[in-house]
Amino acid sequence: MANRINREQVQHVAELAKLEFTDTQLDALTPQLDDIIGLFESLSEVDTTGVEPTSSVTDQINVMRDDVADNWGQSAALLKNAPDAERGYIKVPAIIDESED
Amino acid sequence: MNFETTIGLEVHVELKTNSKIFSPSPVEFGDDPNANTNVIDWGYPGVLPTTNKGVVADGIIAALALHADVEQHTHFDRKNYFYPDNPKAYQITQADKPIAHDGWVEITVDGVKKKIGIEEMHIEEDAGKNTHERNYSYVDLNRQGTPLIEIVSKPDIASPAEAYAYLEALRQRIQFTGISDVKMEEGSMRVDVNISVRPVGQEKFGTKTELKNLNSFTYVKRGLEYEEKRQQQVLMSGGSVRQETRRFDEKTGETILMRVKEGSDDYRYFPEPDLPALNISDDWIKDLQAAMPEMPGKRRERYVNDLGLTDYDAMVITQTKEMSDFFDAMIALKADPKMAANYLQGDVNAYLNDNQVDLSATKLTPANLAGMINLISDGTISTKMAKKVFKAVTKGEEPKAYVEAHGLVQLSDPAKLQPIIDDVLDQNPQSIEDFNNGKDRAVGYLVGQIMKQTHGQANPQVVNKLLMAALKH
Repeated sequence: MANRINREQVQHVAELAKLEFTDTQLDALTPQLDDIIGLFESLSEVDTTGVEPTSSVTDQINVMRDDVADNWGQSAALLKNAPDAERGYIKVPAIIDESED
Repeated sequence: MNFETTIGLEVHVELKTNSKIFSPSPVEFGDDPNANTNVIDWGYPGVLPTTNKGVVADGIIAALALHADVEQHTHFDRKNYFYPDNPKAYQITQADKPIAHDGWVEITVDGVKKKIGIEEMHIEEDAGKNTHERNYSYVDLNRQGTPLIEIVSKPDIASPAEAYAYLEALRQRIQFTGISDVKMEEGSMRVDVNISVRPVGQEKFGTKTELKNLNSFTYVKRGLEYEEKRQQQVLMSGGSVRQETRRFDEKTGETILMRVKEGSDDYRYFPEPDLPALNISDDWIKDLQAAMPEMPGKRRERYVNDLGLTDYDAMVITQTKEMSDFFDAMIALKADPKMAANYLQGDVNAYLNDNQVDLSATKLTPANLAGMINLISDGTISTKMAKKVFKAVTKGEEPKAYVEAHGLVQLSDPAKLQPIIDDVLDQNPQSIEDFNNGKDRAVGYLVGQIMKQTHGQANPQVVNKLLMAALKH
């Protein structure tokens, strides 16, 4: 194994994604992820000298919408689709406040 | 041991656009929960956000108001995190190339002027709102996608008083551009604060703590003052400050530990693939610059230099753009500047405070208030009569019509006043004698009698002149 990613990093990424893995699963996943990263490494073989980094793969630029409000009236349908709703709110299990921002 | 303090402020400002930043849903407050949401706001699979041009324009306007450089090649980034107020599991913001950088505002603390640098400012979307009840939480996504500007200060702020002055300067400048209400009490301005102290001479910044629950400028200042002292005491007793988040308690004025921060946040930013990059043209910036309302500093200069107001008057008038615009409109209608300023600071502010309203929510108009002041200036009414007229003006009445309808016109015609004065003198020989014996009080009594005869309508200046002439004849 080329050691592009270690067990702790896989564990960390799992936590960020709110996933839980057993030790056995971590043992299996770590080399798999390592292989996947390896696949992407072939990209670094391309010579990018003199090429500006890009933030987008399309050639679109400045596609903007005028500031006009339009209520699509989807609220009721969306709430119907929510697992649970009450008084117009989406009802979810109690959130422990770990507010990010 | 002497310490120096470093304060960093992150200020979120909610923009007053018609529609959300990435969806056309209306930006409205106080509507039924989730009424202003669509599939984009809910982060449904397959939907495509679109950039609101108005938000980009507001970002440029804010940059110009804060003397910042606009980043002309800019784009959005994804900030990934899980929280139920954020249905996409990421926030669209700007990390790599924020719309503006390197700005500044000027503050004055204890008469000393100082420039506070702005590191960067970016445009981003707000999250929804959670309320918690018993065993459930309730999510309202109306606020999801409301446009925000985040303004990040440079580590130039060295005291809680400077932090307060910086927030005031920021609030004022943004408010004058008209892009936001910038009201902390309504959540259209929100402040995140961090503070560290270090012994004077130490090069490395001290460990900083973050403060939460600072819901007014005063609380920001008080929270920082407490935290500054607390950190100094920790260091003086040989301890070390922990990197932690603390909550300001409004009742005790103390900060209380919320949680210790371990490691840095890991948001895995990457360029937002659903939104095309932006190239902001010189022409666009120029057009927005040309349409910018005059900033408070420029207005204060004009008020003092051209209109003869005091620095203090100019400062009070420029507290809000509303007030300053109102004043300018009155001046355009030829109202005396000093009188206009006095009325705004006195009667008008008292009226707004008594009724807990903003100027725009009243029936006061520049035309009516200027009309009233002009009636005082040309002698039609006395300042005493103006008290009554002002009440009518607050109810939206036209001052001239009110004055005529209520017979409030001041009596200034000497031909009409002379007989009344003669009459009063005839009836008060004792007062004339008193006057001749050097008792000036007699004049006051006689003026009082004349006012009584005219039901308070006599012009005091004219009465005085005529009376003195009569007494000294």
